Amino acid sequence: MEPTWFKLYPLLLEGTKITAQVAGLSAVLTLIISAAAGLCRVSGFAPVRAAAKVYVDFFRSSSLLVLLFWIYFALPFAGIELPKLAAAVLAISLNCGAYGAEIVRSSILAVPKGQYEAAVALNLNPTQTMWRVIFPQAFLRMLPPLGNLLIELLKSTSLIYFITMSDLTYEAMILRNNYYSWTPQIFLLLLVIYFILAAIVTTIVRLLERRFAAWR
Amino acid sequence: MWSWDYVISILPDLLRAFRVTIAATLAGFAVAAVFGLLLAVLGRSGWKPLRLAVRAFVEFVRSTPLLVQVFFLYYSVPMLTGLSLPAFATGVIGLGIHYSTYMSEVYRSGIDGVPKGQWEAASALNLTKTRTWLSVILPQAIPPVIPVMGNYLIVIFKETPILSAITLVEMLLTAKNTASVTYRVFEPYTMVGVIFLVISYAMSLVVMRFEKRLRR
Repeated sequence: MEPTWFKLYPLLLEGTKITAQVAGLSAVLTLIISAAAGLCRVSGFAPVRAAAKVYVDFFRSSSLLVLLFWIYFALPFAGIELPKLAAAVLAISLNCGAYGAEIVRSSILAVPKGQYEAAVALNLNPTQTMWRVIFPQAFLRMLPPLGNLLIELLKSTSLIYFITMSDLTYEAMILRNNYYSWTPQIFLLLLVIYFILAAIVTTIVRLLERRFAAWR
Repeated sequence: MWSWDYVISILPDLLRAFRVTIAATLAGFAVAAVFGLLLAVLGRSGWKPLRLAVRAFVEFVRSTPLLVQVFFLYYSVPMLTGLSLPAFATGVIGLGIHYSTYMSEVYRSGIDGVPKGQWEAASALNLTKTRTWLSVILPQAIPPVIPVMGNYLIVIFKETPILSAITLVEMLLTAKNTASVTYRVFEPYTMVGVIFLVISYAMSLVVMRFEKRLRR
């Protein structure tokens, strides 16, 4: 059966909405986890540092797809049943958060020592030092790598196809079943849509970068 | 709930599948290393259109999901060219092309690290372009970036489960098949998760040691 581009459009739009939803929720949770775990990694309290390191090592070493399978298919056998959206967001955020934590940590460590000394000289307490002096400077360094991380996050949302969430990839597979002869066109279109979504993320990060660089 | 007898009964299957995972990882890494080098060198071509084409290719491949690329290779390329490859070869090429774009950036940083004087010396000695690359630049550019390439070996290893989508019988698909026969999901998925965790973590320790030794 020969489709027209217009016949492809509604399903792909539905898929894009799901992909954007999962990506958006995961991005928010990833940034929260990254900041929390990254700050814990530079904490003065050794047990907190160690716990954060265990978290980072654990999730950086595990395979995201296997993690997603485990959370969605295996966890119910342990009595924890999560809806698809929650399982997807949780798996992606825990995984990306571990990478984000390393970005936060290395950016904080890259702030020159003199800044800490200056904060001590001004008699700021550790919380004030972090929030008023160190973090704002580290934040600017974090933006480019966090932008890359968000692209990786966006790409990884395609894996939710495996738990039959009707995201972009899943809808494209349905379209492919219906219009088999258009397989190459459908996948090319799919790649282009992901590329456009990634370009949107890149543009937003660039705008933020410029804004914060100017604000400094 | 957890049955060790069952775990032991599925171990032989998982180990067989582990070999497939490792073979796909190593082959994918080899393709990525070779093709990435090609991209890095071509990206420095004196001919602007070629440079731009390489840049566009790298941007596009890096911003789109590996899963969709693998689908494209597996389902669309045979329809476009009449040439169909088995799942393993397709998966290896998919992994290889995807990570060659990351690898080209790694090589690029290595090439940028070679002092300008080396290029000048090569042209002073009247070496051909090929000779300059092979005998002067690459021997200095590649060794420092080998540990970073090791990180991509780990990344590729963790991405192999995606190839289960094109029926490559690696660990995840084996676990899935086992689970669909026995209706026991918890053990197989947990085992696969643990294997990925342990191997990736061990590999990352090796890479870290390698990095430290190189830095000295």
